[in-house]
Amino acid sequence: MMKLKKLLEIAETYHLDIDPDESLSNLGVGERQRVEIAKVLFRGAKILILDEPTAVLVPQEVTELFENLRDLVNKGLTVLFISHKLDEVLSIADDITIMRQGTTVVTKKPADTNKKELAELMVGGELPKPIAGVQNISKTSILSIKEASYSRLDGREILHDLNLDLHGGEILGLAGVEGNGQSELIELIMGLLSPTTGSVEVLGLDAAHTHTRDIRNAGVAYIPQDRQRDGLLMSAPLWENRILGHQFATPMANGIWVNKGAAAEDSKRVVEEFDVRTPGVNVLASALSGGNQQKFIVGRELSGDPKLIVAAQPTRGVDVGAQAIIWDHLMKARSHGVGILLISADLEELFSLSDRIAVIYSGSIVSILNPLNTSPEDLGLAMTGAKSA
Amino acid sequence: MRKNRVFWGAIAPLAAILSSLLLVSLILILRGVNPLEIFKVMISYGFSPRNLVSELNQTVAYYLAGVAAAIGFKMLLFNIGIDGQYRMGAFFGAVVGAAVNLPPVLHVLLIVVVAMIAGGLWAAIAGYLKVRRGVSEVISNIMLNFIAAAIIAFLLGEELLGILPEGSQNVQTRPIPVSGQMPTFKMFNGEVYSFLFVAIFVGIAYWVMLNKTVFGFNLRATGLSFRAARSSGVNAPGMIFVTTVLSGAIAGLVGIGTLLSDTHSYSMAFPSGYAFTGLALALLGRNHPVGIFFAAFLWSFLERAAPVLEYEGVPPEIVIVMQGTIVLAIVIAYEVVARINLRQQQRAVGKVNAELVIDKESK
Repeated sequence: MMKLKKLLEIAETYHLDIDPDESLSNLGVGERQRVEIAKVLFRGAKILILDEPTAVLVPQEVTELFENLRDLVNKGLTVLFISHKLDEVLSIADDITIMRQGTTVVTKKPADTNKKELAELMVGGELPKPIAGVQNISKTSILSIKEASYSRLDGREILHDLNLDLHGGEILGLAGVEGNGQSELIELIMGLLSPTTGSVEVLGLDAAHTHTRDIRNAGVAYIPQDRQRDGLLMSAPLWENRILGHQFATPMANGIWVNKGAAAEDSKRVVEEFDVRTPGVNVLASALSGGNQQKFIVGRELSGDPKLIVAAQPTRGVDVGAQAIIWDHLMKARSHGVGILLISADLEELFSLSDRIAVIYSGSIVSILNPLNTSPEDLGLAMTGAKSA
Repeated sequence: MRKNRVFWGAIAPLAAILSSLLLVSLILILRGVNPLEIFKVMISYGFSPRNLVSELNQTVAYYLAGVAAAIGFKMLLFNIGIDGQYRMGAFFGAVVGAAVNLPPVLHVLLIVVVAMIAGGLWAAIAGYLKVRRGVSEVISNIMLNFIAAAIIAFLLGEELLGILPEGSQNVQTRPIPVSGQMPTFKMFNGEVYSFLFVAIFVGIAYWVMLNKTVFGFNLRATGLSFRAARSSGVNAPGMIFVTTVLSGAIAGLVGIGTLLSDTHSYSMAFPSGYAFTGLALALLGRNHPVGIFFAAFLWSFLERAAPVLEYEGVPPEIVIVMQGTIVLAIVIAYEVVARINLRQQQRAVGKVNAELVIDKESK
């Protein structure tokens, strides 16, 4: 009872409108967030860290949240508000610190800065220029997404009227802050999810009604962003991992039989060509370092003449040498007419490799940029949802 | 490499059996008996020709239960429903076998197929509930075991499918005619079920399916990583369902050796408890067909040799202690061996990296 009284006091002081007798499952996200805040205050927190708190809220709830936060600050608490929405940061913060690639860049007062400057600071000073290479872009599109939307079972819309086109021989970069629908977009293309509305056409196949194995067999290679969870059988040897994703077609399969000889043979080739550091192909995938696992996956996916490569974070966590090898192979594939969708958080990678860069924000493509003449400001504004370009 | 694999495969079960023997020895010493004496008696009794025969026949049933469990384990499924599936298989095999008259080989074949279908369909219920409704197969299978027993008890009523032979207390199904019976063969002066060969065939088929076919690859891949298998194009939920049914179909064969070569009818006297035994044997045998065979034989041997302990003044339950500690020790032993194995491989990988660095520096 004492505790209930204290909780009600907290709710009163900070104007957190909560009903202590209600079951949590009956509350909306905004209310749950208030409960969460009341909870940490109850435990005597002096500093509140909110990580993208508005991502799940509707505008009305955002306003309420901001009122609550101002209340907390006025009563002497400290709030660390992490967000990539520049408008919100400008309206709520007393100090704004920009972070980029694991370091803080600069701290500004909201009065002394504006959206454009923040966007530019987020992206960095210079953007690299594309590696030229042979351009061999075909007329036909091999990936065509038309007004695709996707809502999760709980009703939250992740993708909204998304349009995207990719041609053979082209690298299309996909830029965007993580969590803006990239994962779901990839799963739509691979036939792992079905769009709620709209269409996804991959190599002439309707991805919504085609099984993943048929999409792969048609010539789609897939480098997943989470290699250990989606790309490897960690406790299986490398040669078995070479088969994964290719088990439905020759040469890895021979009718109903697995072709171990071919798998071992080709694993050796991948190890050689992609400089995978391993004593042999009978080693378990889990024994390799992350970078070597990644090189093996990229090597595997580039085998068997794919027509479309869905490459998510292809060089995440690999060293510079391995990055060069992987980039080189992707560029080679492009000059042979392969279309590549490159999803990456590494702007250097996006700008060095891409022919075009699509920016995804909150489930939609908000702009298509030309890497030759895009300023950091344009990119930053597009990635944070301020319409431009 | 091959030698190495066999060594690492065998060391964990051997270590588990050894540590179990040590523990049991300790208990026996505390009781004031010489454990070596006891083990000697068990071995000489258990390996006498007469007992070897009944051990082999029991091994057939245990082996099939072990393989059924192993198929499930490969998919991370805990098929505790082997009991119900085996009952369904044996019962409907017996009923259909008694109802028809076919040429000899065909008749036996029909019974075997019916048993597999009955076991498979019964398992399919748990499979459907797991894939479509997210019900843990452990919970549904435990309940399905009870339901299977109850359904069979009901169907065995005299006005339905059961008869009560003169001078017997046990209701049973009608006897299967001679054409649907399976001969035994002479070994150690006894009658060994020829269903032993079917069990061996199942073991080989299991191994080939798992290691050589795309289907087996998909099954293992789904068991190792549901998400990776799905991303690679495997219909992972479908594989879970099919694996459940397959495991059930093999479980449906557990009682068929006894049915075809010995009793020729199903009765309530058919033993229970095959689920736990099957799971323990698959664990002990590392899901490997040869390993499971040794495990199944060891279990049969221990159970057969247990009664003799009473003459030595030792309670036969000591055998259960032995079985229990083996299972417990095996789980620990596998974990230890797997870690040593991984560390060895990582060291080998590290060595390759170090050599490359030295190579570059010397250039």
